[in-house]
Amino acid sequence: MDSDYILEARNLAKEFKGFIAVSNVSLKVRRGTIHALIGPNGAGKTTLFNMLTKFLAPTSGTIHFKGRDITGEKPAQVARRGIVRSFQISAVFPHLTVLENVRVGLQRKLGTSFQFWRSENSLQELNGQALELLDDVGLASQANVVAVELSYGRKRALEIATTLALDPELLLLDEPTQGMGHEDVEKVRDLIRKVAAHRTVLMVEHNMRVVSHLSDTITVLQRGSVIAEGRYEEVAANPQVMEAYMGTAAHV
Amino acid sequence: MPNLSKVRLAGYGALLAAGLVAPFVAYPIFLMHALCFALFACAFNLLLGYTGLLSFGHAAFFGTAAYVTGHVVKTMAVPPGLGVLAGTAAATAVGFVFGSLVIRRQGIYFAMITLALAQLMYFFFLQTSFTGGEDGIQGIPRGHFLWMVNLADDRKLYYVVLATFLFGFVVIHRTIHSPFGQVLKAIRENEPRAVSLGYDVNKYKLLAFVISAGLSGLAGAMYAIVFTFVTLTSSDWHTSGEVVLMTLLGGLGTVFGPIVGAFAVVTLQTQLADKVGSLVTVIMGAMFIGCVLLFRRGIVGEAVGLYNRVLGRRPY
Ligand SMILES: Nc1ncnc2c1ncn2[C@@H]1O[C@H](COP(=O)(O)OP(=O)(O)OP(=O)(O)O)[C@@H](O)[C@H]1O
Ligand SMILES: [Mg+2]
Repeated sequence: MDSDYILEARNLAKEFKGFIAVSNVSLKVRRGTIHALIGPNGAGKTTLFNMLTKFLAPTSGTIHFKGRDITGEKPAQVARRGIVRSFQISAVFPHLTVLENVRVGLQRKLGTSFQFWRSENSLQELNGQALELLDDVGLASQANVVAVELSYGRKRALEIATTLALDPELLLLDEPTQGMGHEDVEKVRDLIRKVAAHRTVLMVEHNMRVVSHLSDTITVLQRGSVIAEGRYEEVAANPQVMEAYMGTAAHV
Repeated sequence: MPNLSKVRLAGYGALLAAGLVAPFVAYPIFLMHALCFALFACAFNLLLGYTGLLSFGHAAFFGTAAYVTGHVVKTMAVPPGLGVLAGTAAATAVGFVFGSLVIRRQGIYFAMITLALAQLMYFFFLQTSFTGGEDGIQGIPRGHFLWMVNLADDRKLYYVVLATFLFGFVVIHRTIHSPFGQVLKAIRENEPRAVSLGYDVNKYKLLAFVISAGLSGLAGAMYAIVFTFVTLTSSDWHTSGEVVLMTLLGGLGTVFGPIVGAFAVVTLQTQLADKVGSLVTVIMGAMFIGCVLLFRRGIVGEAVGLYNRVLGRRPY
């Protein structure tokens, strides 16, 4: 196994009752890079993410993380190994406060999460760390706001802070800037660059400005298959990719 | 300015004071009846209100504990305190078995399977001999608590029941406000997200299920001692439905809601039973529908909402 690559998927396929959403996709993510996954709507990007994080069982194929076969593992187990994902639709705990949201990410490592006889005040020792994470995404001043009241862009920022609470080795982001205003997009872009300094990022992203800015490698998916892979300039010049994006020019 | 936690603290004080003087102004048997169901509803609320799991078979735990307690106290001459412990332990064990079978299911499937399992228990209780089948177990001796307190005296028994209720209430309250409770809330709010943060959500749900079953059992065990008999009613699906109604009526996911709901329903049942007879069931059904359609937050939930509105605060 080549140790340059943190994640390696071989011949992954997913079939939904006869409909093949992902067919025979092989993907290698190089350690320490930002790897973007792009493709038109319905190309199978989220399905691929779901397989890589074990939220969906692949119909066929294998997944290796740091040289270990994780194909048969459970999603929570994969998360504990260091692959942590965000969701395409913002995933916060709406009726917990911003601080509590991040603490849910932090508290597992205390080893007290099954202790129903212990006071929740014992979680306060995590507040400092939680506030630091919130500060990184510019949310420290809203620590005590209930998450449901945040704007969309800030929910996404909170989601990233919560994900980072696990200090994952490999971060999977499903359209982190979707639905954001121009300013928020730039903030999240800078944030991704910052957090990628000492970890690996695999992200689905439609915003080509973000993709071109951040990515070391880009994989293009269309109708469940990889049609191109390489650096931004290489991929953008690929005639097949240009054709695939003709109908969805709005995203480019 | 008063805040919610101060109001809650005042609520605890009022509850305790009311609990202490209650047997001087109301029938102890009625109060004990309501307290048993209040604990039952609080235990149910831990599962539905704080974990988001709707069980339609909670009478199985209530009934199991009632039968086991009744049986060991009556035929094995076990003291009542120990009998209650035995009943609670049995309900906890049944809870573990049921929970292991059902915890992977979601929503309506979860409700249907818990109902089916509870029906299995019901038919087991109907067929097996130690329960007395259709006759039930009659004439369970109340005995003495810790060899000192003569429980034949309703008022003395009442204080033991009150103390047991408070114990159960404190366990639930602590569970909700523990690191474990925090994970439960996260699971209720967004289960896939909790999974993606590395939590084996089924293990957390199972523990919540077992705690809920055990405390429902504690309620059923006390019920057997209070009424000195156990019948099939304790484990039939009406009882499972009643605890759902009490919780919804009082206020799902609120600390006091299930208590209020239990007292309201038990009061109605005891007041109306001799006046309208079997119409009680219809009235209960209508209340159920009213609850779901008109005031979804229940009595306590609506009251808290009103309180917050009056103070110009946003509900949460
Ligand atoms: N659970 C499912 N059952 C059946 N079909 C599904 C399921 N999930 C996804 N699909 C289908 O698989 C295809 C790929 O979906 P997927 O969500 O992976 O696309 P995507 O590339 O993430 O698209 P988008 O850019 O819109 O997010 C779509 O045609 C979708 O309808
Ligand atoms: Mg998608």
